[in-house]
Amino acid sequence: MAYDKFNILTSSAVPLPIENVDTDQIIPARFLKATERKGFGDNLFRDWRYNSDDTPKEQFVLNNPIYSGKILVGGKNFGSGSSREHAAWAVYDYGFRCVVSSFFADIFRGNCLNIGVLPVQVSPEFLDKIFKAIEADPKTELEINLPEQKITILATGESESFDINDYKKGNMLNGFDDIDYLLNIQKDIEKYAESTPL
Amino acid sequence: MSKTLFDKVWDSHVVKHIENGPDVLFIDRHLVHEVTSPVAFLGLKNRGIKVLYPERTFATADHNTPTRNQHLPVKDPLSANQLKALEENANAHNIPYWGLGHKKNGIVHVIGPENGITVPGATIVCGDSHTSTHGAFGAIAFGIGTSEVEMVLSTQCIMQPKPKSLRINVNGELSEAVTPKDVALFIISKLSTSGATGYFAEYAGDVFKNMSMEGRMTVCNLSIEMGARGGMIAPDETTFEYIKGREYTPKGKDWDAAMEYWSTLYSDDDAEFDKEVTFDASEIEPMITFGTNPGMGIGISKDIPLAETIDGSPATYKKSLEYMDYSEGEAMVGKPIDFVFLGSCTNGRIEDFRAFASIIKGRKKADNVTAWLVPGSHKVEAAIREEGILDILTEAGFELREPGCSACLAMNDDKIPAGKYAVSTSNRNFEGRQGPGARTLLASPLVAAAAAVTGKVTDPRELMQEEVLA
Ligand code: SF4
Repeated sequence: MAYDKFNILTSSAVPLPIENVDTDQIIPARFLKATERKGFGDNLFRDWRYNSDDTPKEQFVLNNPIYSGKILVGGKNFGSGSSREHAAWAVYDYGFRCVVSSFFADIFRGNCLNIGVLPVQVSPEFLDKIFKAIEADPKTELEINLPEQKITILATGESESFDINDYKKGNMLNGFDDIDYLLNIQKDIEKYAESTPL
Repeated sequence: MSKTLFDKVWDSHVVKHIENGPDVLFIDRHLVHEVTSPVAFLGLKNRGIKVLYPERTFATADHNTPTRNQHLPVKDPLSANQLKALEENANAHNIPYWGLGHKKNGIVHVIGPENGITVPGATIVCGDSHTSTHGAFGAIAFGIGTSEVEMVLSTQCIMQPKPKSLRINVNGELSEAVTPKDVALFIISKLSTSGATGYFAEYAGDVFKNMSMEGRMTVCNLSIEMGARGGMIAPDETTFEYIKGREYTPKGKDWDAAMEYWSTLYSDDDAEFDKEVTFDASEIEPMITFGTNPGMGIGISKDIPLAETIDGSPATYKKSLEYMDYSEGEAMVGKPIDFVFLGSCTNGRIEDFRAFASIIKGRKKADNVTAWLVPGSHKVEAAIREEGILDILTEAGFELREPGCSACLAMNDDKIPAGKYAVSTSNRNFEGRQGPGARTLLASPLVAAAAAVTGKVTDPRELMQEEVLA
């Protein structure tokens, strides 16, 4: 599915300094019953965000109006657990375009890249600096520069570079997806398939 | 050049390598279920394309299905709608569909091996992270997201960078009451839930060599819980014995040709792994988890570790114990429980029901326990009846349900109520995984059975001892 191109993103960020945030927290299974990709943002972090009677939990960060922005900053090992792409959809649909953490679970990272959310992995020290900067000023802005693969805390000027492979980077910059690429090499695929018994 | 088992299978499936990018990997077999596929089929529709190789694609309904009265229409309209969408999509694209009530229906990772769809040396994917189960046969199998489901439906390929290699050796002999589930929970407790992220694991050593296929599936199933994309075990006589004669495995001359290829599937002696860890089987005892991720497991006779002794953030650790309403330093044995769940693609196979029955035989379900026993498939259910296990269960006051994922992810009505404790043979103890507010203790079928008859966390060895004395 096509998504918006990603170039340079400057935004304040929402901090979630918890480790091992799993996809069952990002979107609980009972919200996976849809047959279309719509409305998942409403249930992002559902059980941390709302009580069982659907009233908001005041202390949860998404319910705290002083935090906002297109960047979600999470603790180590973000996105572990299930392969549900719904988790990445919920993050995107809520309005985040980038997730920053010191470590990502594999499938979640891949899912993000496939739908136009940029996972930015930083060192534990830099992650700490980001959390501190947001704590000092919730409106503090981060700059995510994809062409240069650099993340900067604008208030202090501190920055760090991050990894992304050239192919995925190209996709994100241009808003392309893998299927476009694969459909273009279908001849090669068919040739391979002929040589492979079922 | 010497190669690992993983290299051999991966390299032979690369259609194209992209410099400083992913490999285009050909997928031999694609398993599809109702929850992660509808948006992918919608994508195909929007592009105006068909499934490229429907004969390599298999669909079943399992995640979002009731485990009672499957012959009646599904009550929840959203679930019914999702099931209908899968059936329509399968029909529109000529994909074999094993829906509710079909005799081959069951949990996707149970029915793949059962019907011979899973074979050594194949690449297998499914929109479910426990696809790693199929690695037990020496296949490369891993879970994918919905965009990738769409990719495989439309082009039979996905794009993945080649993961790093990890070998996990467990040598020696397992002690009494230590099952494959305990071996896996032990490894995860040592490596943590992210310890193998970025790696694809191979399990080697005496313990896995001597393990049944069911046991190997349990171990490979849980690979994802230490962060690995998948795990595999080199195929051997046990593997070939298991798959021979199943519906989709090759027959006659094709079998001979396949055997020739399969017998080359092992890591060469001098193959190098990016990482290697070795454990001693005698260190492992029956395991149980006390926290909210599968890495938070301990030997059942041990106490809950103190925050200062664990790796990782103490705040996260404490939040986790708070959710469980447990304290550091407490013993697990003797803790009261409310529910027992036997089932899932981790422990929903016949061997698991045999193990469960071995403990409850001649005993009674504890009054304070609600037990959900859910076979992984109709074939498992049939075997439970044929082997007389159903009689043992019924006599002890248990009821057998119909197959499906059930309380493993609690998408259907099988939800553990808030605040209640469930000893579960499934794979995830995340907050709310088995229902909002539910508290999960992951364990083997033996530990689950011991809890089911005593109403509290109980070391199964105690009950086995009683039997010997009796
Ligand atoms: S039983 Fe659980 S882990 Fe297995 S396929 Fe079903 S939901 Fe996934």
